[in-house]
Amino acid sequence: MSKTTTLWIVWFLFTLAGAGVLVGSMFYGGPTRANLLIGGTTSGHHQIELACGACHTSAFGGTEEIEKTCHGCHDAELEKAKDSHPMKKFRDPRNADRLEKLAANKCITCHTEHKPDITNPMGVTLPTDYCELCHDDVGKNRPSHKGLAFNTCASAGCHNYHDNKALYEDFLVKHAGEPNVAEKPIIKDYTEKIEIEAAGDALTLASQADAPADKVTDKSMKEWLGSSHANAGVNCSGCHAVDQKTPETIAANWVDKPTHKACASCHGLETTTWLSGKHGMRLAPKMLVETEAIFGLFQNKTLGPMRPELARLPMHSKVAHAELGCSNCHSPHAYKTEPAHVEACTSCHNDEHTKNYEASAHGRLWQDEVAGVGAKGSGVSCATCHLPRRWMEDASGYEEFLVSDHNQNFNLRPNEKMIRSVCMNCHGLGFSIDSLADKDLIRRNFGGLPSGHIESIDWAMKRVQEKGKK
Amino acid sequence: MMKLSRTLVATAIAAGSIISAGAVASVNAAGVAYKDVADMLIAVMVADRSTYTKKVVQRLAAKEKVIKASEHFEDDKALPLPAQMFRFGAEAVADKTDKFTYSLLSLWPINKQNAPRTEIEKAGLKFVAENKGENYYGEETLGGKKYYTAVYADVAVAKVCASCHNGHKDTPKKDFKVGDVMGGVVIRIPMTE
Repeated sequence: MSKTTTLWIVWFLFTLAGAGVLVGSMFYGGPTRANLLIGGTTSGHHQIELACGACHTSAFGGTEEIEKTCHGCHDAELEKAKDSHPMKKFRDPRNADRLEKLAANKCITCHTEHKPDITNPMGVTLPTDYCELCHDDVGKNRPSHKGLAFNTCASAGCHNYHDNKALYEDFLVKHAGEPNVAEKPIIKDYTEKIEIEAAGDALTLASQADAPADKVTDKSMKEWLGSSHANAGVNCSGCHAVDQKTPETIAANWVDKPTHKACASCHGLETTTWLSGKHGMRLAPKMLVETEAIFGLFQNKTLGPMRPELARLPMHSKVAHAELGCSNCHSPHAYKTEPAHVEACTSCHNDEHTKNYEASAHGRLWQDEVAGVGAKGSGVSCATCHLPRRWMEDASGYEEFLVSDHNQNFNLRPNEKMIRSVCMNCHGLGFSIDSLADKDLIRRNFGGLPSGHIESIDWAMKRVQEKGKK
Repeated sequence: MMKLSRTLVATAIAAGSIISAGAVASVNAAGVAYKDVADMLIAVMVADRSTYTKKVVQRLAAKEKVIKASEHFEDDKALPLPAQMFRFGAEAVADKTDKFTYSLLSLWPINKQNAPRTEIEKAGLKFVAENKGENYYGEETLGGKKYYTAVYADVAVAKVCASCHNGHKDTPKKDFKVGDVMGGVVIRIPMTE
């Protein structure tokens, strides 16, 4: 065999091996997958960007398959947001000409991933004057809107494409003239006790603990006996050996550090929402960085828990490698739940908004409530705004429970989402809109008053008054 | 004569059954005209729409005053307006089938998105408003697909229809009376070659 032929064969084999690695990484994952990302993902998806199969469910399925995954994760949230532009609105053939201009019946028309250079706020990858494509005649019916630039519709604090629960005209009129702060600012849902289905008779003696002897320490016993769990009749096996009843099976199935799956056995809705949120989404089902294939060459591997080092917001370096689970924020043996409201957050988050919380009006109210000086529900913790309590249907759809929604996304951006669920418990609508539109005020964690004014309520009132005259 | 496939007729009847909350119909599926299918659908729609308007909204909101009807019925803990009820039905049907669609439009819409947009919508709404008791039928091509389109008058069947529209801040017409044509229902059936 000539030297040239040998070199050709070597070249061919290397090329084949390289192609194999490339194709294998693309379809099944592995350590080289990160190099194949075709562009950074948005803040909403960056944590799961290496679980390609979460969105690309079929190699040859096209955009329709990707669309299905958008709906799978986001439809329930959009329905709760009373989506102003639901897909069903565009099914009617009378809108066919509009769809030719803008395929508003597809999520990826406006939200295309891996396009950081053209990604605008809210993950929108269209030019920001997209409203004009369908609403170019808005000035006819709304003379006040004549001459307004279409790239200000969704950026001036007046409208959102999906969630307008707190911004629609009649709501603005109904809540016009409200004071900045209510006379009795109390967050009502925080005055109600969350009832857990599993609650039973309190366990008060160490002898009642069903943990194997070698797992018991004085410290753990003392902590557990003083905890909410013992108080609600939850024994050691309730978390460390779920569903096990005898000493033998408890010992055999004992887990030293229970995961969110154990918590889910009682706190189902909290866990479900946590798995949809920024802290838990990497642990959601099917978040695989590698998929089993080719006779075991590739194995199923999950993304693993979120770690502060992966976050895009500033975090404390000392906790960079901490792996997030339920117990990072909730110490299961502790009696007090307050640390999960603030200390748990500030132990990782290190941005200006967080750093300014303690000295803010909200922070002081929370400190007063914890100290027993302020009334229950009068304090404003991190969790008050970012993990608010709300009534949610359980998986059966037959019952509603008051739970803390652990999916921050439901209440995060656009920040007008927070107006009704959080701000309006204590503040007037106008003050809330103005405050949320002031980025510097948010950075200062609402230390001070809004510097600008959004005129949407004024315009709505003016229109009602003008219409009333006719 | 335009004929419908067996599947289309069966779907239309099934959808009619959905709308009429369980009504059961059996038909000889072969050779039913588009017009007849549209006429069957509108019969169910009008029956449900006028029943909700008269026996729920007119009775409870206007006569007995035990509950209000409101466009923001969830925020206001009130009854959905009859037009909203109709639209929810249309959207629910569209979730289940693409064999036909329907919508409620008007030459005097409160929501300007419900003004006529296609030529048939414009001509049909004008025709049914000017020719009481008659319907308008035609064909149109939308988004590259051919549709059989039928337009039926939507009549104020109760006092609340007229009073609510006349009093709304966004209405372009303030003198509706019971029995007036206030708009029209547009039914579209994709035509098979």
